[in-house]
Amino acid sequence: MLEVKDLNVSYGMIDAVKGINFKIEDGQVVALIGANGAGKTTTMHTISGLLKAKSGSITLDGKDITKVPGNKIVSMGLVQVPEGRRVFTQMTVEENLKLGAYLRKDKEQIEKDFKHVYELFPRLEERKSQLAGTLSGGEQQMLAMGRALMSSPKVLLLDEPSMGLSPLLVKEIFSIIKEINKSGTTVFVVEQNAKMALEIADYAYVMETGKIVLEGTGKELAASEAVQKAYLGG
Amino acid sequence: MVFLSYLITGLGLGSVYAIIALGYSMVYGIAKMLNFAHGDIIMVGSYVAFFVLYRFGLSVPVGIILSVLVCTVLGVLVERLAYKPLRQASSLSVLITAIGVSYFLQNGAQLLWSSSQKMFKSVVGDGGISLFGGKLTLSYITLVTILTCILIMIALTLFINHTSTGRAMRACSEDKGAAQLMGINVNTTISITFAIGSALAAIAAVLLCSTYPSITPTLGSMPGIKAFTAAVFGGIGSIPGAFIGGLLLGVIESLAKAYISTQLSDAVVFAVLIVVLLIKPTGLLGKKVSVKV
Repeated sequence: MLEVKDLNVSYGMIDAVKGINFKIEDGQVVALIGANGAGKTTTMHTISGLLKAKSGSITLDGKDITKVPGNKIVSMGLVQVPEGRRVFTQMTVEENLKLGAYLRKDKEQIEKDFKHVYELFPRLEERKSQLAGTLSGGEQQMLAMGRALMSSPKVLLLDEPSMGLSPLLVKEIFSIIKEINKSGTTVFVVEQNAKMALEIADYAYVMETGKIVLEGTGKELAASEAVQKAYLGG
Repeated sequence: MVFLSYLITGLGLGSVYAIIALGYSMVYGIAKMLNFAHGDIIMVGSYVAFFVLYRFGLSVPVGIILSVLVCTVLGVLVERLAYKPLRQASSLSVLITAIGVSYFLQNGAQLLWSSSQKMFKSVVGDGGISLFGGKLTLSYITLVTILTCILIMIALTLFINHTSTGRAMRACSEDKGAAQLMGINVNTTISITFAIGSALAAIAAVLLCSTYPSITPTLGSMPGIKAFTAAVFGGIGSIPGAFIGGLLLGVIESLAKAYISTQLSDAVVFAVLIVVLLIKPTGLLGKKVSVKV
Protein backbone atom coordinates (compact mmCIF):
# COMPACT_ATOMS: atom_id res chain seq x y z
CA MET A 1 0.00 0.00 0.00
CA LEU A 2 1.18 3.46 -0.90
CA GLU A 3 0.15 6.25 1.42
CA VAL A 4 0.75 9.98 1.09
CA LYS A 5 0.24 12.13 4.19
CA ASP A 6 0.19 15.94 4.45
CA LEU A 7 2.55 16.21 1.50
CA ASN A 8 3.90 19.66 0.69
CA VAL A 9 6.21 20.31 -2.24
CA SER A 10 7.50 23.64 -3.41
CA TYR A 11 9.70 25.08 -6.12
CA GLY A 12 11.54 27.85 -4.33
CA MET A 13 8.85 30.27 -3.17
CA ILE A 14 6.05 28.63 -5.08
CA ASP A 15 4.04 25.93 -3.35
CA ALA A 16 3.04 23.37 -5.96
CA VAL A 17 1.53 20.75 -3.67
CA LYS A 18 -0.23 21.96 -0.52
CA GLY A 19 -0.84 19.30 2.10
CA ILE A 20 -2.40 16.45 0.16
CA ASN A 21 -3.47 13.05 1.54
CA PHE A 22 -4.30 9.91 -0.38
CA LYS A 23 -4.01 6.15 -0.33
CA ILE A 24 -3.50 3.47 -2.94
CA GLU A 25 -4.45 -0.05 -1.84
CA ASP A 26 -2.68 -3.10 -3.27
CA GLY A 27 -4.13 -4.28 -6.56
CA GLN A 28 -6.08 -1.09 -7.22
CA VAL A 29 -6.01 1.29 -10.12
CA VAL A 30 -6.03 4.79 -8.65
CA ALA A 31 -6.26 7.90 -10.78
CA LEU A 32 -5.26 11.46 -10.01
CA ILE A 33 -6.97 13.85 -12.39
CA GLY A 34 -6.91 17.59 -12.75
CA ALA A 35 -6.05 20.42 -15.10
CA ASN A 36 -2.62 21.35 -16.32
CA GLY A 37 -0.60 22.93 -13.48
CA ALA A 38 -2.66 21.40 -10.68
CA GLY A 39 0.42 19.70 -9.21
CA LYS A 40 -0.16 16.15 -10.46
CA THR A 41 3.26 15.58 -11.99
CA THR A 42 4.93 17.23 -9.00
CA THR A 43 3.13 14.76 -6.74
CA MET A 44 4.27 11.85 -8.87
CA HIS A 45 7.88 13.04 -9.07
CA THR A 46 7.97 13.43 -5.30
CA ILE A 47 6.72 9.86 -4.83
CA SER A 48 9.41 8.63 -7.27
CA GLY A 49 12.10 10.53 -5.40
CA LEU A 50 12.96 12.89 -8.26
CA LEU A 51 11.76 15.85 -6.18
CA LYS A 52 12.17 16.45 -2.46
CA ALA A 53 9.14 16.94 -0.25
CA LYS A 54 9.07 20.08 1.86
CA SER A 55 7.09 18.28 4.53
CA GLY A 56 4.81 15.31 4.95
CA SER A 57 5.43 11.64 4.36
CA ILE A 58 5.16 8.96 1.72
CA THR A 59 5.07 5.34 2.85
CA LEU A 60 5.25 2.21 0.73
CA ASP A 61 4.14 -0.98 2.53
CA GLY A 62 4.74 0.74 5.85
CA LYS A 63 8.26 1.91 4.95
CA ASP A 64 8.92 5.63 4.86
CA ILE A 65 10.27 6.44 1.40
CA THR A 66 9.99 10.22 1.62
CA LYS A 67 13.75 10.75 1.65
CA VAL A 68 14.83 7.75 -0.43
CA PRO A 69 16.58 8.93 -3.62
CA GLY A 70 14.97 8.13 -6.96
CA ASN A 71 17.42 5.46 -8.03
CA LYS A 72 16.84 3.44 -4.84
CA ILE A 73 13.04 3.54 -4.98
CA VAL A 74 12.99 1.31 -8.05
CA SER A 75 14.47 -1.57 -6.08
CA MET A 76 11.69 -1.14 -3.49
CA GLY A 77 9.12 -2.02 -6.13
CA LEU A 78 7.90 1.36 -7.29
CA VAL A 79 8.57 2.58 -10.80
CA GLN A 80 7.43 5.54 -12.84
CA VAL A 81 6.62 5.84 -16.52
CA PRO A 82 7.42 9.52 -17.00
CA GLU A 83 5.41 12.09 -18.86
CA GLY A 84 6.51 12.38 -22.48
CA ARG A 85 7.74 8.73 -22.28
CA ARG A 86 11.44 9.67 -22.16
CA VAL A 87 12.65 6.49 -23.81
CA PHE A 88 16.36 6.41 -24.66
CA THR A 89 16.08 7.36 -28.31
CA GLN A 90 19.68 6.49 -29.24
CA MET A 91 19.30 2.94 -27.98
CA THR A 92 17.45 -0.02 -29.39
CA VAL A 93 14.10 -1.18 -28.04
CA GLU A 94 15.78 -4.20 -26.51
CA GLU A 95 18.46 -2.09 -24.80
CA ASN A 96 15.75 0.16 -23.36
CA LEU A 97 14.03 -2.88 -21.90
CA LYS A 98 17.32 -4.19 -20.51
CA LEU A 99 17.83 -0.84 -18.78
CA GLY A 100 14.46 -1.31 -17.13
CA ALA A 101 15.91 -4.41 -15.45
CA TYR A 102 19.15 -2.56 -14.60
CA LEU A 103 19.07 -3.32 -10.87
CA ARG A 104 17.97 -6.94 -11.17
CA LYS A 105 20.28 -9.93 -11.03
CA ASP A 106 17.74 -12.77 -11.42
CA LYS A 107 18.52 -13.68 -15.03
CA GLU A 108 15.87 -16.37 -15.46
CA GLN A 109 13.09 -14.18 -14.15
CA ILE A 110 14.30 -11.32 -16.36
CA GLU A 111 14.01 -13.61 -19.40
CA LYS A 112 10.44 -14.42 -18.37
CA ASP A 113 9.62 -10.75 -17.97
CA PHE A 114 11.04 -10.06 -21.43
CA LYS A 115 8.57 -12.62 -22.79
CA HIS A 116 5.76 -11.14 -20.74
CA VAL A 117 6.47 -7.62 -22.03
CA TYR A 118 6.67 -8.86 -25.62
CA GLU A 119 3.31 -10.63 -25.13
CA LEU A 120 1.73 -7.44 -23.83
CA PHE A 121 3.31 -5.38 -26.61
CA PRO A 122 3.90 -7.60 -29.67
CA ARG A 123 4.95 -4.54 -31.65
CA LEU A 124 7.95 -4.07 -29.40
CA GLU A 125 9.20 -7.54 -30.24
CA GLU A 126 8.87 -6.82 -33.95
CA ARG A 127 10.98 -3.72 -33.47
CA LYS A 128 13.38 -4.89 -30.82
CA SER A 129 16.56 -4.02 -32.72
CA GLN A 130 15.23 -0.67 -33.94
CA LEU A 131 16.39 2.57 -32.30
CA ALA A 132 13.73 3.80 -29.89
CA GLY A 133 13.85 7.26 -31.48
CA THR A 134 12.44 5.83 -34.70
CA LEU A 135 9.26 4.52 -33.02
CA SER A 136 5.90 6.26 -33.25
CA GLY A 137 4.48 8.04 -30.21
CA GLY A 138 2.22 5.13 -29.32
CA GLU A 139 5.04 2.65 -29.65
CA GLN A 140 7.26 4.82 -27.49
CA GLN A 141 4.55 4.87 -24.82
CA MET A 142 4.42 1.08 -24.99
CA LEU A 143 8.20 0.92 -24.73
CA ALA A 144 8.22 3.24 -21.73
CA MET A 145 5.62 1.03 -20.05
CA GLY A 146 7.44 -2.17 -21.00
CA ARG A 147 10.70 -0.72 -19.71
CA ALA A 148 9.06 0.09 -16.38
CA LEU A 149 7.56 -3.41 -16.14
CA MET A 150 11.05 -4.88 -16.62
CA SER A 151 11.88 -3.69 -13.12
CA SER A 152 9.16 -6.08 -11.91
CA PRO A 153 7.31 -3.42 -9.91
CA LYS A 154 4.64 -3.80 -7.24
CA VAL A 155 3.41 -0.30 -7.97
CA LEU A 156 3.42 1.23 -11.46
CA LEU A 157 3.15 5.02 -11.72
CA LEU A 158 2.00 6.40 -15.06
CA ASP A 159 2.28 10.10 -15.83
CA GLU A 160 -0.04 11.22 -18.64
CA PRO A 161 0.07 7.98 -20.64
CA SER A 162 -2.44 9.37 -23.16
CA MET A 163 -0.47 12.51 -23.97
CA GLY A 164 -0.20 13.17 -27.71
CA LEU A 165 -1.84 9.92 -28.76
CA SER A 166 -4.78 9.35 -31.09
CA PRO A 167 -8.09 8.35 -29.42
CA LEU A 168 -7.73 4.83 -30.77
CA LEU A 169 -4.25 4.44 -29.33
CA VAL A 170 -5.37 5.93 -26.01
CA LYS A 171 -8.00 3.18 -25.80
CA GLU A 172 -5.41 0.55 -26.55
CA ILE A 173 -2.97 1.90 -23.96
CA PHE A 174 -5.65 2.05 -21.28
CA SER A 175 -6.83 -1.49 -21.97
CA ILE A 176 -3.21 -2.63 -21.57
CA ILE A 177 -2.99 -0.70 -18.28
CA LYS A 178 -6.06 -2.61 -17.12
CA GLU A 179 -4.41 -5.86 -18.19
CA ILE A 180 -1.19 -5.01 -16.30
CA ASN A 181 -3.30 -4.33 -13.23
CA LYS A 182 -5.14 -7.66 -13.58
CA SER A 183 -1.84 -9.51 -13.47
CA GLY A 184 -1.29 -8.11 -9.97
CA THR A 185 0.46 -4.74 -10.34
CA THR A 186 -0.96 -1.78 -8.47
CA VAL A 187 -1.41 1.20 -10.80
CA PHE A 188 -1.38 4.90 -10.03
CA VAL A 189 -2.19 7.03 -13.06
CA VAL A 190 -2.03 10.79 -13.41
CA GLU A 191 -4.13 12.07 -16.28
CA GLN A 192 -5.62 15.13 -17.90
CA ASN A 193 -7.78 12.80 -19.94
CA ALA A 194 -10.23 12.37 -17.06
CA LYS A 195 -12.73 10.27 -19.00
CA MET A 196 -10.32 7.44 -19.77
CA ALA A 197 -8.72 7.55 -16.34
CA LEU A 198 -12.03 7.40 -14.47
CA GLU A 199 -13.20 4.53 -16.66
CA ILE A 200 -10.46 2.22 -15.43
CA ALA A 201 -9.95 3.63 -11.91
CA ASP A 202 -11.16 1.82 -8.80
CA TYR A 203 -10.70 5.04 -6.91
CA ALA A 204 -9.80 8.55 -8.00
CA TYR A 205 -8.77 11.93 -6.69
CA VAL A 206 -9.29 15.34 -8.27
CA MET A 207 -6.54 17.88 -7.80
CA GLU A 208 -6.82 21.65 -8.19
CA THR A 209 -4.04 24.19 -7.57
CA GLY A 210 -2.06 21.92 -5.29
CA LYS A 211 -4.94 20.50 -3.28
CA ILE A 212 -7.17 17.46 -3.50
CA VAL A 213 -10.69 18.82 -3.85
CA LEU A 214 -12.71 15.70 -4.56
CA GLU A 215 -12.41 11.95 -4.26
CA GLY A 216 -14.46 8.85 -4.85
CA THR A 217 -14.69 5.69 -6.93
CA GLY A 218 -14.13 6.10 -10.63
CA LYS A 219 -17.85 5.69 -11.29
CA GLU A 220 -18.89 8.18 -8.64
CA LEU A 221 -16.60 10.83 -9.94
CA ALA A 222 -17.53 10.22 -13.56
CA ALA A 223 -21.16 10.78 -12.54
CA SER A 224 -20.44 13.81 -10.36
CA GLU A 225 -21.71 17.09 -11.70
CA ALA A 226 -18.64 19.07 -10.68
CA VAL A 227 -16.27 16.68 -12.44
CA GLN A 228 -18.46 16.54 -15.52
CA LYS A 229 -18.50 20.30 -15.77
CA ALA A 230 -14.82 20.84 -15.16
CA TYR A 231 -13.17 17.86 -16.79
CA LEU A 232 -15.54 15.87 -18.94
CA GLY A 233 -16.88 18.68 -21.06
CA GLY A 234 -20.44 17.90 -19.91
CA MET B 1 58.49 6.52 -48.73
CA VAL B 2 59.22 9.73 -46.88
CA PHE B 3 55.53 10.54 -47.04
CA LEU B 4 54.69 7.15 -45.55
CA SER B 5 57.07 7.74 -42.69
CA TYR B 6 55.47 11.15 -41.93
CA LEU B 7 52.06 9.53 -42.17
CA ILE B 8 52.95 6.85 -39.65
CA THR B 9 54.54 9.38 -37.29
CA GLY B 10 51.29 11.34 -37.58
CA LEU B 11 49.23 8.27 -36.79
CA GLY B 12 51.37 7.68 -33.71
CA LEU B 13 50.91 11.25 -32.51
CA GLY B 14 47.24 11.07 -33.47
CA SER B 15 46.81 7.90 -31.42
CA VAL B 16 47.94 9.77 -28.31
CA TYR B 17 45.52 12.60 -29.14
CA ALA B 18 42.77 10.04 -29.69
CA ILE B 19 43.33 8.38 -26.30
CA ILE B 20 43.21 11.78 -24.57
CA ALA B 21 40.24 12.91 -26.68
CA LEU B 22 38.29 9.82 -25.57
CA GLY B 23 38.51 11.11 -22.01
CA TYR B 24 37.32 14.58 -23.02
CA SER B 25 34.52 13.23 -25.12
CA MET B 26 33.19 10.67 -22.65
CA VAL B 27 33.12 13.20 -19.84
CA TYR B 28 31.40 15.72 -22.08
CA GLY B 29 28.89 13.12 -23.27
CA ILE B 30 27.88 12.11 -19.76
CA ALA B 31 28.58 15.03 -17.42
CA LYS B 32 27.97 17.66 -20.16
CA MET B 33 31.06 19.57 -19.12
CA LEU B 34 34.44 20.38 -20.64
CA ASN B 35 37.04 19.12 -18.23
CA PHE B 36 39.90 21.45 -19.04
CA ALA B 37 41.95 19.86 -16.27
CA HIS B 38 42.10 16.64 -18.30
CA GLY B 39 45.45 17.61 -19.83
CA ASP B 40 46.92 18.14 -16.38
CA ILE B 41 45.93 14.65 -15.33
CA ILE B 42 48.28 13.55 -18.13
CA MET B 43 51.01 15.67 -16.59
CA VAL B 44 50.52 14.04 -13.18
CA GLY B 45 50.54 10.62 -14.86
CA SER B 46 53.85 11.48 -16.52
CA TYR B 47 55.49 12.47 -13.23
CA VAL B 48 54.22 9.35 -11.46
CA ALA B 49 55.53 7.12 -14.25
CA PHE B 50 58.83 9.02 -14.26
CA PHE B 51 59.41 8.64 -10.52
CA VAL B 52 58.35 5.01 -10.40
CA LEU B 53 60.45 4.01 -13.42
CA TYR B 54 63.54 6.18 -13.24
CA ARG B 55 63.86 7.23 -9.60
CA PHE B 56 62.68 4.06 -7.86
CA GLY B 57 63.76 1.86 -10.76
CA LEU B 58 60.68 -0.36 -10.77
CA SER B 59 59.57 -2.29 -13.85
CA VAL B 60 57.59 -0.80 -16.73
CA PRO B 61 54.28 -2.60 -15.98
CA VAL B 62 54.46 -1.43 -12.34
CA GLY B 63 55.10 2.12 -13.57
CA ILE B 64 52.13 2.05 -15.90
CA ILE B 65 49.81 0.47 -13.32
CA LEU B 66 50.77 2.96 -10.60
CA SER B 67 50.39 5.87 -12.99
CA VAL B 68 46.94 4.61 -14.02
CA LEU B 69 45.93 4.15 -10.38
CA VAL B 70 47.06 7.60 -9.27
CA CYS B 71 45.37 9.30 -12.23
CA THR B 72 42.13 7.36 -11.74
CA VAL B 73 41.95 8.33 -8.07
CA LEU B 74 42.90 11.93 -8.89
CA GLY B 75 40.28 12.18 -11.66
CA VAL B 76 37.51 10.84 -9.42
CA LEU B 77 38.61 13.11 -6.54
CA VAL B 78 38.64 16.20 -8.76
CA GLU B 79 35.12 15.36 -9.94
CA ARG B 80 33.83 14.75 -6.40
CA LEU B 81 35.42 17.81 -4.83
CA ALA B 82 35.33 20.39 -7.61
CA TYR B 83 32.62 19.50 -10.12
CA LYS B 84 29.98 17.54 -8.20
CA PRO B 85 28.98 20.48 -5.96
CA LEU B 86 28.29 22.40 -9.19
CA ARG B 87 25.92 19.84 -10.73
CA GLN B 88 23.07 22.38 -10.73
CA ALA B 89 25.23 25.42 -11.50
CA SER B 90 25.55 27.11 -14.88
CA SER B 91 27.94 25.54 -17.34
CA LEU B 92 30.07 28.69 -17.23
CA SER B 93 30.78 28.18 -13.50
CA VAL B 94 31.79 24.58 -14.18
CA LEU B 95 34.04 25.64 -17.05
CA ILE B 96 35.81 28.24 -14.93
CA THR B 97 36.20 25.72 -12.12
CA ALA B 98 37.79 23.28 -14.56
CA ILE B 99 40.27 25.94 -15.64
CA GLY B 100 40.94 26.63 -11.96
CA VAL B 101 41.61 22.93 -11.30
CA SER B 102 43.98 22.95 -14.25
CA TYR B 103 46.05 25.80 -12.78
CA PHE B 104 45.87 24.21 -9.34
CA LEU B 105 47.36 20.97 -10.65
CA GLN B 106 50.06 22.77 -12.66
CA ASN B 107 51.12 24.93 -9.74
CA GLY B 108 50.89 22.02 -7.35
CA ALA B 109 53.25 20.06 -9.59
CA GLN B 110 55.62 23.02 -9.74
CA LEU B 111 55.64 23.21 -5.95
CA LEU B 112 56.21 19.49 -5.50
CA TRP B 113 58.59 18.71 -8.33
CA SER B 114 59.96 22.16 -9.38
CA SER B 115 59.60 23.61 -12.84
CA SER B 116 62.90 22.28 -14.19
CA GLN B 117 62.36 19.65 -16.80
CA LYS B 118 62.93 15.95 -16.22
CA MET B 119 63.90 13.57 -18.99
CA PHE B 120 61.77 10.49 -19.59
CA LYS B 121 63.14 7.44 -21.41
CA SER B 122 60.97 5.48 -23.81
CA VAL B 123 59.36 2.49 -22.10
CA VAL B 124 60.01 0.28 -25.13
CA GLY B 125 63.55 1.43 -25.95
CA ASP B 126 64.68 3.66 -28.77
CA GLY B 127 64.99 1.14 -31.58
CA GLY B 128 62.69 0.46 -34.47
CA ILE B 129 61.89 -1.81 -37.34
CA SER B 130 63.59 -1.21 -40.63
CA LEU B 131 61.50 -1.86 -43.73
CA PHE B 132 62.16 -1.75 -47.50
CA GLY B 133 65.90 -2.17 -47.06
CA GLY B 134 66.20 0.65 -44.54
CA LYS B 135 64.18 3.17 -46.52
CA LEU B 136 61.44 3.21 -43.91
CA THR B 137 62.09 3.01 -40.18
CA LEU B 138 59.24 2.59 -37.75
CA SER B 139 60.13 3.24 -34.14
CA TYR B 140 58.85 0.74 -31.61
CA ILE B 141 57.11 3.42 -29.61
CA THR B 142 55.10 4.61 -32.62
CA LEU B 143 53.96 1.06 -33.32
CA VAL B 144 53.15 0.41 -29.66
CA THR B 145 51.22 3.70 -29.47
CA ILE B 146 49.10 2.95 -32.54
CA LEU B 147 48.41 -0.61 -31.36
CA THR B 148 47.49 0.55 -27.85
CA CYS B 149 45.10 3.12 -29.27
CA ILE B 150 43.36 0.52 -31.45
CA LEU B 151 43.08 -1.90 -28.52
CA ILE B 152 41.64 0.82 -26.25
CA MET B 153 39.17 1.80 -28.94
CA ILE B 154 37.93 -1.78 -29.38
CA ALA B 155 37.75 -2.43 -25.64
CA LEU B 156 35.91 0.81 -24.95
CA THR B 157 33.40 0.26 -27.76
CA LEU B 158 32.63 -3.23 -26.48
CA PHE B 159 32.32 -1.91 -22.93
CA ILE B 160 29.97 0.94 -23.86
CA ASN B 161 27.76 -1.12 -26.16
CA HIS B 162 27.59 -4.48 -24.46
CA THR B 163 27.80 -4.10 -20.70
CA SER B 164 25.21 -3.00 -18.21
CA THR B 165 27.47 -0.19 -16.96
CA GLY B 166 28.04 0.93 -20.54
CA ARG B 167 24.30 1.06 -21.13
CA ALA B 168 23.89 3.05 -17.92
CA MET B 169 26.49 5.52 -19.18
CA ARG B 170 24.66 5.96 -22.47
CA ALA B 171 21.37 6.35 -20.59
CA CYS B 172 22.86 9.09 -18.38
CA SER B 173 24.27 10.79 -21.43
CA GLU B 174 20.81 11.02 -22.99
CA ASP B 175 18.48 11.68 -20.06
CA LYS B 176 19.68 11.72 -16.45
CA GLY B 177 16.17 11.90 -14.96
CA ALA B 178 14.95 8.91 -16.93
CA ALA B 179 18.18 7.05 -16.09
CA GLN B 180 17.48 7.63 -12.42
CA LEU B 181 13.99 6.20 -12.86
CA MET B 182 15.66 2.99 -14.06
CA GLY B 183 17.52 2.80 -10.76
CA ILE B 184 20.80 4.06 -12.22
CA ASN B 185 22.91 6.04 -9.76
CA VAL B 186 23.84 9.06 -11.87
CA ASN B 187 26.65 10.22 -9.55
CA THR B 188 28.31 6.81 -9.57
CA THR B 189 28.04 6.68 -13.35
CA ILE B 190 29.70 10.08 -13.67
CA SER B 191 32.48 8.92 -11.31
CA ILE B 192 33.03 5.82 -13.45
CA THR B 193 33.30 8.04 -16.52
CA PHE B 194 35.92 10.23 -14.88
CA ALA B 195 37.78 7.13 -13.69
CA ILE B 196 37.94 5.68 -17.21
CA GLY B 197 38.92 9.01 -18.78
CA SER B 198 41.68 9.56 -16.23
CA ALA B 199 43.02 6.01 -16.55
CA LEU B 200 43.25 6.59 -20.30
CA ALA B 201 45.05 9.87 -19.62
CA ALA B 202 47.70 7.96 -17.65
CA ILE B 203 48.25 5.57 -20.54
CA ALA B 204 48.46 8.53 -22.91
CA ALA B 205 51.00 10.09 -20.54
CA VAL B 206 53.37 7.13 -20.71
CA LEU B 207 53.07 6.93 -24.51
CA LEU B 208 53.45 10.70 -24.96
CA CYS B 209 56.55 10.95 -22.77
CA SER B 210 58.10 7.96 -24.50
CA THR B 211 57.96 9.98 -27.72
CA TYR B 212 58.47 13.49 -26.32
CA PRO B 213 60.66 12.91 -23.27
CA SER B 214 60.70 16.31 -21.59
CA ILE B 215 58.49 16.46 -18.48
CA THR B 216 57.43 19.81 -17.03
CA PRO B 217 54.42 20.92 -14.95
CA THR B 218 52.77 22.41 -18.04
CA LEU B 219 53.37 19.47 -20.34
CA GLY B 220 49.68 18.53 -20.37
CA SER B 221 48.23 21.78 -21.66
CA MET B 222 49.18 21.58 -25.34
CA PRO B 223 48.27 17.90 -25.87
CA GLY B 224 45.15 18.61 -23.78
CA ILE B 225 44.06 21.43 -26.06
CA LYS B 226 44.94 19.42 -29.18
CA ALA B 227 42.96 16.45 -27.90
CA PHE B 228 40.04 18.71 -27.07
CA THR B 229 40.26 20.00 -30.63
CA ALA B 230 40.32 16.40 -31.84
CA ALA B 231 37.21 15.62 -29.81
CA VAL B 232 35.38 18.63 -31.27
CA PHE B 233 36.71 17.80 -34.73
CA GLY B 234 35.29 14.28 -34.57
CA GLY B 235 32.08 15.38 -32.87
CA ILE B 236 32.26 15.81 -29.10
CA GLY B 237 30.43 13.14 -27.14
CA SER B 238 31.06 10.53 -29.82
CA ILE B 239 33.61 7.80 -29.10
CA PRO B 240 34.40 6.86 -32.72
CA GLY B 241 34.47 10.61 -33.37
CA ALA B 242 37.22 11.12 -30.79
CA PHE B 243 39.19 8.26 -32.33
CA ILE B 244 38.93 9.53 -35.90
CA GLY B 245 39.36 13.16 -34.83
CA GLY B 246 42.53 12.30 -32.91
CA LEU B 247 44.10 10.31 -35.72
CA LEU B 248 43.25 12.92 -38.36
CA LEU B 249 44.60 15.72 -36.20
CA GLY B 250 47.88 13.87 -35.66
CA VAL B 251 48.28 13.16 -39.37
CA ILE B 252 47.44 16.73 -40.38
CA GLU B 253 49.91 18.08 -37.82
CA SER B 254 52.68 15.72 -38.91
CA LEU B 255 52.17 16.43 -42.62
CA ALA B 256 51.94 20.17 -42.00
CA LYS B 257 55.23 20.03 -40.11
CA ALA B 258 56.85 18.13 -42.95
CA TYR B 259 55.51 19.94 -45.98
CA ILE B 260 54.39 23.40 -44.86
CA SER B 261 56.28 24.70 -41.86
CA THR B 262 57.21 23.43 -38.40
CA GLN B 263 56.26 26.74 -36.81
CA LEU B 264 52.92 26.95 -38.59
CA SER B 265 51.84 23.35 -38.06
CA ASP B 266 49.54 24.22 -35.15
CA ALA B 267 48.02 27.06 -37.14
CA VAL B 268 47.27 24.62 -39.96
CA VAL B 269 45.66 22.19 -37.50
CA PHE B 270 43.36 24.84 -36.06
CA ALA B 271 42.58 26.24 -39.51
CA VAL B 272 41.38 22.79 -40.57
CA LEU B 273 39.27 22.62 -37.42
CA ILE B 274 37.65 25.96 -38.22
CA VAL B 275 36.86 24.85 -41.77
CA VAL B 276 35.35 21.56 -40.57
CA LEU B 277 33.20 23.35 -38.00
CA LEU B 278 32.04 25.87 -40.61
CA ILE B 279 30.86 23.06 -42.86
CA LYS B 280 29.64 20.67 -40.16
CA PRO B 281 29.17 22.46 -36.84
CA THR B 282 28.65 19.22 -34.89
CA GLY B 283 32.02 17.79 -36.00
CA LEU B 284 32.62 14.85 -38.32
CA LEU B 285 30.55 12.21 -36.49
CA GLY B 286 28.62 14.48 -34.15
CA LYS B 287 24.89 14.13 -33.85
CA LYS B 288 22.53 16.98 -34.35
CA VAL B 289 21.54 18.28 -30.97
CA SER B 290 18.04 19.60 -30.62
CA VAL B 291 17.62 21.89 -27.67
CA LYS B 292 14.33 21.65 -25.82
CA VAL B 293 12.98 24.94 -24.60
